[in-house]
Amino acid sequence: MIPLSWYLTLAAGLFSFGLYGVLARKNAIAILMGVELMLNAVNINLVAFWRYLTSDSMNGQAFAVMVFAVAAAEVAVGLALVISVYRRRKTVSADEINLMKW
Amino acid sequence: MTPIQVVFLFTAALILWAAFMMVTRQNLVHAALYLIVALFGVAVIFVLLEAGFLAVIQVLVYIGAIAILMIFAVMLTRGDVSHESESVNRGFGWAALLAALFCFGLIILLGQSPAINTPAPALAVDRDTVFELGRALVSPDAYVIPFEVASVLLLAALIGALVVARPHIKEKSKQR
Amino acid sequence: MTFWSDPIGVIGRLIVDLLARLHLPPNLITFISTLLGVVIVASFGLILVIFLIWLERKVAARFQDRLGPNRAGPYGLLQTFADIIKLITKEDIIPAKADKLIFNIAPILSVVAVLLIWAVVPFAPGWIGTDLNVGVLYIAAVGSFGILSILMAGWSSNNKYALLGAFRAVAQLISYEVPMLITLLVPVLLARSMGLMQVVENQSTWFILFAPLAGVIFMVSSIAEVGRTPFDLLEAESEIVAGYHTEYTGMKFGLFFAGEFLHAFTVGVLFAILFLGGWRGPGAEQFRVLGVIYLMAKAFFGYFIVMWVRSTLPRIRIDHMLSFNWKFLTPLALALLIVTAILEKIYGDTALRLPVLLIGNLIIFLLSWVALRTASRRQRRELREFKKRPVAKPA
Repeated sequence: MIPLSWYLTLAAGLFSFGLYGVLARKNAIAILMGVELMLNAVNINLVAFWRYLTSDSMNGQAFAVMVFAVAAAEVAVGLALVISVYRRRKTVSADEINLMKW
Repeated sequence: MTPIQVVFLFTAALILWAAFMMVTRQNLVHAALYLIVALFGVAVIFVLLEAGFLAVIQVLVYIGAIAILMIFAVMLTRGDVSHESESVNRGFGWAALLAALFCFGLIILLGQSPAINTPAPALAVDRDTVFELGRALVSPDAYVIPFEVASVLLLAALIGALVVARPHIKEKSKQR
Repeated sequence: MTFWSDPIGVIGRLIVDLLARLHLPPNLITFISTLLGVVIVASFGLILVIFLIWLERKVAARFQDRLGPNRAGPYGLLQTFADIIKLITKEDIIPAKADKLIFNIAPILSVVAVLLIWAVVPFAPGWIGTDLNVGVLYIAAVGSFGILSILMAGWSSNNKYALLGAFRAVAQLISYEVPMLITLLVPVLLARSMGLMQVVENQSTWFILFAPLAGVIFMVSSIAEVGRTPFDLLEAESEIVAGYHTEYTGMKFGLFFAGEFLHAFTVGVLFAILFLGGWRGPGAEQFRVLGVIYLMAKAFFGYFIVMWVRSTLPRIRIDHMLSFNWKFLTPLALALLIVTAILEKIYGDTALRLPVLLIGNLIIFLLSWVALRTASRRQRRELREFKKRPVAKPA
């Protein structure tokens, strides 16, 4: 049997990779990909806790569905913003998009 | 080492390897493809956790829509490819330290909670989790309000993305 | 007699007994028998492609008032083998700066995405690869692997026409997934379950009678998902060379080719399962082989419809295609889903189910006809006004 700690360790590792991706990458789209990894780690946590601790009610899975919806909405708006910024500045490097108004 | 444990270890190794490759690749399309491998691994983990519906939704939403959207965005914003010589910014050392501290902190913290080593309770065989999830999402004393708010959020995101990403055509004279 | 009533069950038990006699651990026996099932289902799909390519060429030829291949073997049956041998012996060219790993994986992923659908097809009562309780959603999910393979193929070719072709192809495919998913929900509503075996078992009356409009919309959007005419600008030879598979030669192109035909037939199989009753027919519960025969007959009928449409209609332009999807098919599919859900809730368990749902479909069809007619009259009027504007005449 797989102990719960294995799932939580996997989720912690995935979350920290996502955190590194968000903090260390220059490209705005790579930052958004890091955010996706973090959201997936949260989902693994939610479903693991659902399965092991509260599997008689569907709260864990319902929350996971909400996280799916929020992740989809955030990626859509985030990438729309990135493309809009690219049209003006011709760059998506987060180091260079540092002026409020040019 | 039961077969399920072998499957879990293999999938976990795949996910962590793909995540590592994703955050270190300079070529963004490669990074997006490693992201897809990691997302597929997470879908396998959902199957191991007996949440089959969520696994299929993961493939459908994340891989079928979000990852494709990211690849589109990468291909549309290539610009000057020689612009970026490195994939990481100046503070990546601190970021790596923070991420490692966070990971170990989480593992130690969660390891101390008393419920950590409960074995998985056996699910009843004929239980229809999909039906229960559907009922939980629309019943008034469960999650119907977050469900409706999520749909409004998705509508707002849809309209917002359309408005933000629309090309602004300069107003020429209207004579045609 | 029990052999004829369930051949696969009898053979399966024989194999498990044989393996048990070799004193293998039970986990390994289950693993080997599952693996054998996977190999059988996948081989069935792949071997069927050989027949499908021949059938397609013959039927398309007859629609065009000619004979089709008839030299290689009797009635041209060995033509596909000749094609395969030709494709295998061609030189395998990889463009100079192409991304080798992705370039090689894309055609494989394209075929795998279609073969994965065959894992949940119910061939007969009890004969199914795996009875997922979310089978219908699984089909949509593995369709997205095919979309990914097109994007990978277009990008890794290092060719801007292939990339443009891949963009247009992915735009078409993800647009037409929306009405396909919505109309996939209509048989789920009528059968009260997402598992394909339950969908077939609940079709004592075929669902095409309950929701004919949903069947039509599913067929149209699935033809667009496969990329067949009239939606075949993915590979329109006269327009963008060959689209996303411009740079593919030899057997890799053969894999794309075979994957497309298998996908078209899989659309026929899904149409048969969801709307035409699957393996249901007289005597299918006693003799399982009859169930397979009924399913294949209905699937070939669905495939014939796909080929018929292909041979008859011209290609649609991409902006017409996208506006057809977003301005017509998606609102129609949504309206159909809402009306079916409401009527099913009210009349679902009564004897009035069939006439009420049919009348609902008819009303939606008539309303959409009226809407289309009004829109087309307005467009024709605008065109007449446009043509009346003053033009320069030679003095």
